[in-house]
Amino acid sequence: MASTTRTISLTVNGRPQTAEVEPRKLLVDFLREDLGLVGAHIGCEHGVCGTCTVLLNGASIRSCITFAVQADGAEVSTVEGLAGSGELHPLQDEFSAKQGLQCGYCTPGMLMRACEILAQNPDPAPAEVRSAIASNLCRCTGYQFITEAVLDAAARMRRAKETAS
Amino acid sequence: MKPPPFSYAAPTTLAEAVGLLVEHAESEPRVLAGGQSLIPLMNFRLAKPGYLVDLRNVAGLSGIRLEADVLVIGAMTRMADLERAPEVAVAAPLVAEAVGLIAHTPVRNSGTIGGSLAHADPAAELPAVALALDAELVAAGPGGTRRIPAAEFLTGPFSTALAADEILTEIRLPVWHGGHAFVEFSRIHANFAVVAVAALVELDGRRVRRAALAVTGVAPTAIRATSAEQVLTGAAGDAPPVAEAAEAAVAGLSPAGDLHASAATRLALARTYVRRGIELAISRALNER
Repeated sequence: MASTTRTISLTVNGRPQTAEVEPRKLLVDFLREDLGLVGAHIGCEHGVCGTCTVLLNGASIRSCITFAVQADGAEVSTVEGLAGSGELHPLQDEFSAKQGLQCGYCTPGMLMRACEILAQNPDPAPAEVRSAIASNLCRCTGYQFITEAVLDAAARMRRAKETAS
Repeated sequence: MKPPPFSYAAPTTLAEAVGLLVEHAESEPRVLAGGQSLIPLMNFRLAKPGYLVDLRNVAGLSGIRLEADVLVIGAMTRMADLERAPEVAVAAPLVAEAVGLIAHTPVRNSGTIGGSLAHADPAAELPAVALALDAELVAAGPGGTRRIPAAEFLTGPFSTALAADEILTEIRLPVWHGGHAFVEFSRIHANFAVVAVAALVELDGRRVRRAALAVTGVAPTAIRATSAEQVLTGAAGDAPPVAEAAEAAVAGLSPAGDLHASAATRLALARTYVRRGIELAISRALNER
């Protein structure tokens, strides 16, 4: 059966977007194919591995088990938006400095999940970070460095906030 | 893989949503809530609905409110909201504890209570919670709404008492005043449970006034362990007959073994987790007095 397309309007990394999509189009495919934002990766395609993680209205979601039509009217944030100002986000900087990535496949999902973790708790304990990133698989098993990078970025972001206030 | 093509609508009223299910009955329509179970099945092409009725724009389907002694949860309420809601923590802490064991945060940010119950995965946590709390599930259909007791709602693995043109709108949970515990065994944190137990124990002085136990992983659906509840009722709260209750909970059961666990393992796990659930619920009941 042919499914007719739908018009969706959403904000992606702060930019308004309007597009025609098939209802069956997954959000991750919409981001990658229609918008050219290939940061969100496709891994397991059934919501287990977390490499497709993006933020929908500030909450982390699996974009491989979300239809693009479900994001109509929403604000989507992807890894491409993190360095929007041209400078790396503290999380990106620390992932690089602490070798929080090896092959890099899980990194965009890890970064977006880490954004949510630090938005909910700017000063998490190491065990809290380890537990929270359990949602995302790193098959290089580089979890220790990822945890350290998130903690260091958290400390940096807290210092920056104190300086600013 | 990618989902097969389907037609789609995102109506704004419940009546419209029910009307679409009736109108497109031949396309084997499905209701889309958070999609966290349905979309993976569609990606695998294990589910091929010809029409999806998305409930996200239907007003009034999400939210949590207290009506006298009943906690009413809208079917489209996200798991993550249940985890954090103060009303849930006070009136139905069993729900919050169980939800914390469902997948990971990104799934709980999208997944809904109604979606999980209507999907009725035999390994899921919320059917056991609904059973233990004697929940009532409110369904809207072409002929109006009806309330379905949780015990009648679960009819088999992935099947419920909902008709094809009915939509789950609300979950009504009697406020629980005693101790609670939701405990489960899964091979990896956040994976589906092999066995899970919802335990509720209310004390009257030093005696157990009332107990409710629901177990998953030992039958085609979550089940109430009524004979174990009878063993506990009236027993001493400081020396409960947990071993006897655990035996009673699994007596007569013959679960199907599968690649996750053999029948014998499931029964052994059920005994252990029933015991742990009762002990935790009682210790909380004692400490909360």
